[in-house]
Amino acid sequence: MNLHLPIYLDNNATTPMDPRVLDAMLPYFVEKFGNAASRNHSFGWVAEEAVDYAREQVAQLINADSKEIIFTSGATESDNLAIKGVYEMYASKGNHIITCTTEHKAVLDSCKHIEKLGGHVTYLSVNADGLIDLSELEKAITDKTILISIMYGNNEIGVIQPIKEISAIAKKHGVLFFTDATQAVGKIPVDVIDDGIDLMSFSGHKIYGPKGVGVLYVRRKNPRVKVTSQMDGGGHERGMRSGTLNVPAIVGLGKACELCRLEMTEEATRLSAMRDRLENSLMELDETYINGDKNHRLPHTANISFKYVEGEGLMMGFNKNIALSSGSACTSASLEPSYVLKALGLGDDLAHSSLRFGLGRFTTEEQIDFTIKAVTDTVNKLREMSPLWEMFKEGVDINSIEWEHH
Amino acid sequence: MAYSDKVIDHYTNPKNVGTLDKSKTNVGTGLVGAPECGDVMRLQIEVDELSGVIKDAKFKTFGCGSAIASSSLATEWLKGKSVDEALQIDNMDIVEELNLPPVKIHCSVLAEDAIKAAINDYRTKNGLSELVNAH
Repeated sequence: MNLHLPIYLDNNATTPMDPRVLDAMLPYFVEKFGNAASRNHSFGWVAEEAVDYAREQVAQLINADSKEIIFTSGATESDNLAIKGVYEMYASKGNHIITCTTEHKAVLDSCKHIEKLGGHVTYLSVNADGLIDLSELEKAITDKTILISIMYGNNEIGVIQPIKEISAIAKKHGVLFFTDATQAVGKIPVDVIDDGIDLMSFSGHKIYGPKGVGVLYVRRKNPRVKVTSQMDGGGHERGMRSGTLNVPAIVGLGKACELCRLEMTEEATRLSAMRDRLENSLMELDETYINGDKNHRLPHTANISFKYVEGEGLMMGFNKNIALSSGSACTSASLEPSYVLKALGLGDDLAHSSLRFGLGRFTTEEQIDFTIKAVTDTVNKLREMSPLWEMFKEGVDINSIEWEHH
Repeated sequence: MAYSDKVIDHYTNPKNVGTLDKSKTNVGTGLVGAPECGDVMRLQIEVDELSGVIKDAKFKTFGCGSAIASSSLATEWLKGKSVDEALQIDNMDIVEELNLPPVKIHCSVLAEDAIKAAINDYRTKNGLSELVNAH
């Protein structure tokens, strides 16, 4: 078999663009370069038509109306617009937002910004499997609560939150529900009507589309939701997001959404089977743990801790050939291990020992075979080198040792 | 992060991985770092009682590639040195030899701490006073 190296298993960080998406985009750079806001000539009309078509393709994927699609520069901008925009728009109703500790930084940092402005934010904790507690959510709602912001599927562990139940609670209390669905849209069925979602963000580059383009879905009926623009000038996107539309990227995003809609069922089945095979093979190693609820998980994500080996050291054993991510502190500038894994109650040692496998549309069985062997061999090699593994094998309780902390 | 060739070489072919009999009086063991911090090093020296020369050194390390390389290098340098000479090994020598970037300097500090801890253990076992830790 012809295996091309390196293997890309970091599809939760970004995905390669599907060549079919590139083909759709190409005419809109040189030939059809018009500004979609130019109403008076054919260059503008052509661009506007392309954007309208893409808006339709995007809306179809999530069962929305095309008028409910706001194009942005990506999910980070959409998260900012949703949270800050709702906070400003609904200031007369209240100033309290509920979110959870495992959210993406774009949500958490936007919430911190709200706190600086004088707003209040409740950060719900999650259980050991990464799920929020619905009764905790309901208890946290006050007469000042204007927004619940809970992500659809987690980027690190792939856990899917109980979206329908959350939206039902939000509706019951007259609170808006926003979900960052960046990892879920295009991977699993997401239906804004069925799921009861009021606002939702996602981006192009996680679904085999281009970088630099994203969506904020803003519900128009039952209830009609509005957000205060965070970018002024020109009144594009129904006044909620000004700025000349990135036509080629929007065309690409539209195509990417169409492909996901048509191929999702088959792709999810194929990916979850490969993910499960990868996971089951790696679980044959002793002292190996899957992070996140196995029954409520995105099909393409596996997050596994290999106790007694350190994540970055582990990746070094194969990162010439396999690209993936670790929850180890050493891979980040902060020297803190993954806050998501810590929120599950994992000790720092297990958080440091984790790898995240993100499978994607172009992942093959041969790549999974190669990965299983490379990871298994490296874990075994590093454990032979690990003083903690030796202690574990000798029955020494590592927690009984007084470690000096730097 | 791009690793230097020397770090990659030590990681791929670590020198002196293993365990010495810590109950022997001529073996000193140093265990430094903490699992929570993502680095634990155990470094051991075996001293020739007549000459005072370190005749063997072994390590086991839980940590990133730079931590593994720092401890592997340390064991290489320790062998053949007298205990007093071994005390002269400075973490910056390790940084220089392995070309460690600033964020990985703590790995070299840990290796120096491990050397000192192993020597301290050897000294206490042999009725000598503990050295003041350099850090």
